[in-house]
Amino acid sequence: MSTEITTDVVVIGAGPCGLFAAFELGLLDLKCHFIDILDRPGGQCAELYPEKPIYDIPGFPVVTGQQLTDNLMAQIAPFSPEFHFSRMVNSIEKLEDGSFKLQTDADETFFTKVVVIAAGGGSFQPKRPPVPEIEQYENKSVFYAVRKMEDFRGQDVVIVGGGDSALDWTLNLQPIVRTLTLVHRRDAFKAAPASVNKMKELVAEGKVNFQLGQIAKLDGDDGQINHVHLATEAGDLSIPATRLLPFFGLTMKLGPVADWGLELNDNTIVVDTEKFETSVPGIFAIGDINYYPGKLKLILSGFHEAALMAQAAKAIISPGERVVFQYTTSSTKLQKKLGVA
Amino acid sequence: MKIIVTDQAGDVHELEGLEGWRVMEVIRDWGLNIKAECGGALSCATCHCYVDSEWLDAVGAPSDEEEDMLDSVGDVKTNSRLSCQILCSDALDGLKLTLAPSAAKD
Repeated sequence: MSTEITTDVVVIGAGPCGLFAAFELGLLDLKCHFIDILDRPGGQCAELYPEKPIYDIPGFPVVTGQQLTDNLMAQIAPFSPEFHFSRMVNSIEKLEDGSFKLQTDADETFFTKVVVIAAGGGSFQPKRPPVPEIEQYENKSVFYAVRKMEDFRGQDVVIVGGGDSALDWTLNLQPIVRTLTLVHRRDAFKAAPASVNKMKELVAEGKVNFQLGQIAKLDGDDGQINHVHLATEAGDLSIPATRLLPFFGLTMKLGPVADWGLELNDNTIVVDTEKFETSVPGIFAIGDINYYPGKLKLILSGFHEAALMAQAAKAIISPGERVVFQYTTSSTKLQKKLGVA
Repeated sequence: MKIIVTDQAGDVHELEGLEGWRVMEVIRDWGLNIKAECGGALSCATCHCYVDSEWLDAVGAPSDEEEDMLDSVGDVKTNSRLSCQILCSDALDGLKLTLAPSAAKD
C-alpha cells in the first residue's frame, strides 16, 4: 500500500552525520524523516566497524562506532525524528513551488521542503562476485538475498560464501530444494559454530554438497543459469544449477543518487562551503558523500557541515523569519526543546 | 622506499612509500583504482591485492581476521592480501603487487 508523508526535511542516510543533522535541525524546530537502506541507524560506522575504536571524535578519547551511534540516537531523541529503514530513495522530483517529491522502493512518497543527502560512501548493496556477465542473470536466477523461499523449491541451488548468510540459507533452503551445493574458498567459516556444525552434519548425510573453490563462470540462456563453473585446486568443475546465491557481504555504491541531476565529482556531490548546498537549491549534501576544495572525510567535518546546513535549511523552510543564533549552554529556549529546562 | 603497483588495467606505477604508512594509503593517495572503503579498519576487503611471489615471505602471512575478510571477495588467490594490512618499511623497499579486480572503484 502506498503511503504519503509530508515533512520539513528528509535526510537520506542515518549515519553519524545524518543523525547529528537531526539535532541541529531540531534546535531550529524542523522536523526530520530519515530514509536508510540499512535496517538500523549508524551507517558505515555501525555496519562496517561497530566494535572498532574511533579516536578522533571531539570529547571522546575513544568511542566505538556503535557507542557513537547510540549516543547520537539519545542526543536527537528529544526531537523525535522518524526512521524509515531498509528502503532506498529511487527518485527526487522538484515541484513547481520549489519543494520536493521523493519516491522510495517501499512505495512511499515523501513531500518535503528540504532534502539532505548524508549517504556516506553511497548506499550499501550486495557485493557482486567478479564473474563475467553475471549481470544478465541477476534477479532472474542469481540472487543476493532470499525474498521468497518458495522461489527456490525444487531448484538446483548453489550458495557461495562462508559467513552467516551463506550458512543460514544453506540450512533453511536444504529441506525444500532438489540439490544444494555450498561453495567456499576454504574449509574455515566465519559463521556461528552451531550453523557450521549443522551444515557439516548435512554434508555427512549427503544432503548438502560442500565444494572448496570459487565461482569462475556461469552458463545459461536468457537470464537462466544452467551450470556454475568453479575454479578448484583440482581444476575447473562444472555443477548443474538453476539458482545461484552469492553471499559476499555489502559494499557501498552511489546508486540512484547519480541520476538526480546533481553536479558530481568522482562519485561525490559538489557543494558550497557556506551552506553545503548542492547544485540544486534545496538539496544539501553533508558528510563523506560531498565534495568541496579541501574536504576531509572525517565524521567531525560532517558535524560542522550539518550545523551550517541546518541554518540554510531554516531560511528555506521559514523564509523571512529572523533566526537568532543561540547556544545550548545558555538558551533556556533551546534547553526547553531538549527537555532539560 | 618504493612500491611497484600494477593496476587492474595492467599499467605499472612506481610509488614513493613512507615508513609506517599502510600500503593501501600510499596506493590511494596516488589516485590508483582502489576503493579502500573502510579506510583501513580491516572491515571491507576493497583494497585486495596480489603480492608478487618473491615478496610473499617478506610480507608475511595474513591474520585470521584478514583471511575472514578475504572470504568476502570472489577473486582470492594464494598470494592475496589486503593492502591495508601491509605496513611500509625499508624491508619492503621495492615491494611488487597487483591490484585485484575486486578492489576497483565502481
